[in-house]
Amino acid sequence: MNFLNTVITALKALRRNPTRALLTTLGIVIGIAAVITMMEIGNGSKTSVRTTIEKMGANSGLILPGWLRRGGISMGMGSRVSLTPADAEAVGRECPSILFYSPVVRASSQQLIFGNSNWVPQWITGVSPEFFLIRNWRIAQGRVFTREEVESNARVCVIGATVARELFGDVSPVDCELRIRDVAFRVVGVLHPKGSNMIGMDEDDILFAPWSTIRMRITGRRTGSATSTKSTPASKPSELYPATGVALYPEQDSSLTSDKLLIPKFTFIDQIVFSASSPAKVKQAEKEVTALLRERHRLRPMDEDDFRIHNSGEFMSMLNSTTLLMTNLLLGVALLSLLVGGVGIMNIMLVSVTERTREIGLRMAVGARSSDILKQFLVESIILCLAGGVIGILMGHGTAVLINKYLSWPIESSPGAVVAAVGVSVFVGVVFGFYPAWKASKLDPIDALRYE
Amino acid sequence: MNTLIELKDITKTYFLEELSVPVLKGISLEIRRGDYVALMGASGSGKSTLMNILGCLDRPTTGDYLLEGEELGRASGDRRAVIRNRKIGFVFQSFNLLPRTSAIENVIMPLAYTAGGLSYRERYRRGMEALEQVGLTDRAHHHPSQLSGGQQQRVAIARALVNRPPLIFADEPTGNLDSKTSVEVMHMFDALNADGITIILVTHSDEIANYAKRVIRISDGLVLDGGVK
Repeated sequence: MNFLNTVITALKALRRNPTRALLTTLGIVIGIAAVITMMEIGNGSKTSVRTTIEKMGANSGLILPGWLRRGGISMGMGSRVSLTPADAEAVGRECPSILFYSPVVRASSQQLIFGNSNWVPQWITGVSPEFFLIRNWRIAQGRVFTREEVESNARVCVIGATVARELFGDVSPVDCELRIRDVAFRVVGVLHPKGSNMIGMDEDDILFAPWSTIRMRITGRRTGSATSTKSTPASKPSELYPATGVALYPEQDSSLTSDKLLIPKFTFIDQIVFSASSPAKVKQAEKEVTALLRERHRLRPMDEDDFRIHNSGEFMSMLNSTTLLMTNLLLGVALLSLLVGGVGIMNIMLVSVTERTREIGLRMAVGARSSDILKQFLVESIILCLAGGVIGILMGHGTAVLINKYLSWPIESSPGAVVAAVGVSVFVGVVFGFYPAWKASKLDPIDALRYE
Repeated sequence: MNTLIELKDITKTYFLEELSVPVLKGISLEIRRGDYVALMGASGSGKSTLMNILGCLDRPTTGDYLLEGEELGRASGDRRAVIRNRKIGFVFQSFNLLPRTSAIENVIMPLAYTAGGLSYRERYRRGMEALEQVGLTDRAHHHPSQLSGGQQQRVAIARALVNRPPLIFADEPTGNLDSKTSVEVMHMFDALNADGITIILVTHSDEIANYAKRVIRISDGLVLDGGVK
């Protein structure tokens, strides 16, 4: 009996009992549909994480000041200022794995004024020109400010797409002047829109200026961290425990401290961003930065770091491992349901073999060989599973599309999963169909014909 | 003249655990081409076992079974399947048609197992030919449940004929039929025999046995009369 005939015979046999065939294959349908949906959602979230990270710059890192502990209690982010422009320069100069670096100074958000319109952006940030290379952020119009402009504290700025739209409307912003408080800035460039970030904040609602300018002219009136309103923390033991110990030298009068211009205007910066020469080098760069900054900050081996380093890869692998865990977990459940579906197929095939014992006997009597019977039942179970698989793929894809439409979860169709699903359903058909088929082929035609 | 079947000292013993039950105790027979034989015997006489051996469904314990000169008692399972397909047609007491399958599909079912693979069109043509022989072309697309007992048995005969075998076995072909349809069916066998097909009937009704040209009586595993002449 040739293959086509076997398939036709199997199809005819299945058609004799369509309801049962449908119910039998339901387990496979649900299993495959679950697998496909999971894979599409898993792939979608993976891709969305990856694009977000790529927007942020795939091989970038961020150095933040550490936090202060006072009596064992962490004072939280921004409680310590420890990074200086000199640190940033040293990082750029002495760490071989680092390609670009840029100091970052954050100013509290303030009103921007242009003509008779005004706008308060999310962020006003001071950076150097390399920042845009690190963040992979292109200019749509005009140019980025230059190193010379950074060094000369020039009053120039680059604005995000949202700021350009809200403040300037239809006017081309390049070469216009806007004001932050009472300081006038010339717009030299407009950035390409980036869209929302992962937590839904509009990344284009931003103004960039040279970090030195921001520090000098916008936040310069305060010392220490721009984002911190706390006073410079007490670090001398004599201040913490004034009652103990005898002062060896006359103590400085507090009025003296405030009068004296002890701290230069831009001693501290808020962050340093850097990019490694390749994504693989990010870890290496981190090590180099740690060693360098510990040395520069004169930390003893037992001291904690007074800075912290984040990299985008860390963030990506964290997000990825979360989605991977969820995907794998659900995939496991889906595979389990496939197994259950397979057992269902085996069960019904066994019932079918028993029910059709006389038919098997008859087929043998008219010339079917054992192998013909084996093939027939095996093909029946494979067809059941394959049909279930195809229906499952369609249903799974449909479910993913619905989820995307109504819950707006990102999805991405996965040809690999479709191929795997087809393979798995055929595999299930063979594995769970073999025993019943083998049992059928081993029947004795005389007994089978006599079976009531 | 022309020997179709030759049995030489066939025995069949069933082994039930320690107990051996001899069912056939040495049967020698010769059946010629074109013969019309009735195999008779009481229940337990061994006639069903003999019929299964003749039909290549069972193997003798000892002895030779030659069909058209070919030894089949010890042939491989696949070879015996081919012989059943090409040279033997079966008609059963309970018809054994596939349920929910049209008469024509039932008739051409054996052709699917024929080596060489006929096209569907050719199989269908031969199926219709066989149905024509039993006068049921107008019922070709009816399911067995829509046919009377006599019609169902005629479909079964058409199925036995479809591969143009030289030999047809009929195991109590009228056992489930009333006397009127029995006569119809038996006339059909007569007609087939007149066309040169060898027919072996298994029955315990003398009335049916009368249709045959020759009666072989089996009793207690031995041929009583009608054996090798």
